[in-house]
Amino acid sequence: MGIRRLLSGNEATATAMKQINPDVVAAYPITPSTEVVHYFSQYVADGEVDTEFVAVESEHSAMSACIGASAAGGRTATVTSACGLALMWELLYVASGQRLPMTLAVINRALSGPININNDHSDSMGARDSGWIQLYSENNQEAYDNYVMSWRISEHKDVLLPVMVCQDGFITSHAVENIELIEDEKVKEFVGEFKPERHLIDGGPLSVGPYDTPHFYFEHQYQRAQAMKRAKQVILDVSKEFAAMTGRGYGLFEEYKMADAERVIVVLNSSAGTAKVAADQLRAKGEKVGVLKLRVFRPFPHAEVAKALSNAKAVAVMDKCDSFNGMGGPVFVDVRTACYDLATRPQIVNYIYGLGGRDVTVDNFLYVYEKLTEIINSGTNTDDIYRHVGVRGVN
Amino acid sequence: MIYVKGVNQDQKWDEINVGGNITEGGTALDVNTGDWRIMIPRFHEDKCKQCMLCFPVCPDSAIPVQNEKRLDFNFKHCKGCGVCFKVCPFEGAITWEKEDK
Ligand code: SF4
Ligand code: SF4
Repeated sequence: MGIRRLLSGNEATATAMKQINPDVVAAYPITPSTEVVHYFSQYVADGEVDTEFVAVESEHSAMSACIGASAAGGRTATVTSACGLALMWELLYVASGQRLPMTLAVINRALSGPININNDHSDSMGARDSGWIQLYSENNQEAYDNYVMSWRISEHKDVLLPVMVCQDGFITSHAVENIELIEDEKVKEFVGEFKPERHLIDGGPLSVGPYDTPHFYFEHQYQRAQAMKRAKQVILDVSKEFAAMTGRGYGLFEEYKMADAERVIVVLNSSAGTAKVAADQLRAKGEKVGVLKLRVFRPFPHAEVAKALSNAKAVAVMDKCDSFNGMGGPVFVDVRTACYDLATRPQIVNYIYGLGGRDVTVDNFLYVYEKLTEIINSGTNTDDIYRHVGVRGVN
Repeated sequence: MIYVKGVNQDQKWDEINVGGNITEGGTALDVNTGDWRIMIPRFHEDKCKQCMLCFPVCPDSAIPVQNEKRLDFNFKHCKGCGVCFKVCPFEGAITWEKEDK
């Protein structure tokens, strides 16, 4: 039986870090992720973990230190948000390209400018093609559970890719919720020991990060792409084992009232909870609506998403991040592409929402469901696919 | 994850180390890095006084020395930088020409 505790999302993440007791944590504070580092450095100071805590001078250095630590054979973690993630950018590709396992807790926050410290997904969405696995979390419990699972995924020999565990800044990171923790010994047993086959400290000669000539670079990228594809099955296997331990089941995404749903909202992170409330209200009136909540965004479960949406008539994909590409946000582009091969496709539109901490309300989702009804009733394909909800003067 | 010793350009994607890791020492010896060269030094043993000024300045260790004698250039690694030619005090021991490829 787990332990019931009242914890913020940040404290839940720090607690999971404590239970895992990584060899190295290198991190630099940035709102709203600062608390995680704050809590964790306290555990270090109090001797509750034996982690080497590296207080670096920037996120670029944090990720560099993590790369070195992981290559040396250490279990390695860091935490960041927004511009901090942006400053890690160059090294994100190095970590995944060198195939170094580690977990980065991303407490999602908008990228400036104009400067904003509130929540949206422009930070992690920008890093979606950096070769990192990305897991998204609706609430504090999921942030904790995804964090515990991330190590098994990252360190699996078929994967060896770093993982971002994302949750919404302030919304879940600072809101206190009743969650169920797993006992320390069970976490330790589940996560196991990190035993890389080769690392810099011992196990024979090893050079990490040499110049990769045109004769070999492409093959190494192909290896990384294959690892990302294989990660899907590993995530499912690890989640199954996790469910056996905790009773909490996770898939690649959650299907909420999807069985006969004609109108579907696709969403990830905390707003999924708000969308479910809207779906409940409409279901109470007999309307066939559902929510598809993405948990795994990288690798993108394209075949599974397409199958789940194959019976819908109209789909709205929510993006808490604008791609500024004149076409639609990142989740939208992937979901719509995934559905291309369906024999009969639903109409799929995009709604950019909640940027920079704009409140996301049940009414926003009721409005989106209403718009999906209009699309179905119009009987024609809409070319108005790139939409926004919650902008003054727009709707 | 696989670890193999030595790489060559015939190996397929699943026959090489992940992330380009190198799992042995001295592998640069096997790689032909001399193909960048445009100019080439030529060694003329009859004019060489074995003064040993050239081999320590070669940035690519492309002047082999054996039994206290320098031997002909190792063109697998010589980049044609000309440092040896410049340093050699004895006329004609090293000549300098455009490489005919
Ligand atoms: S030309 Fe340069 S690289 Fe070649 S042998 Fe002379 S010093 Fe070495
Ligand atoms: S510097 Fe000239 S003379 Fe001296 S060892 Fe080299 S080639 Fe011979």
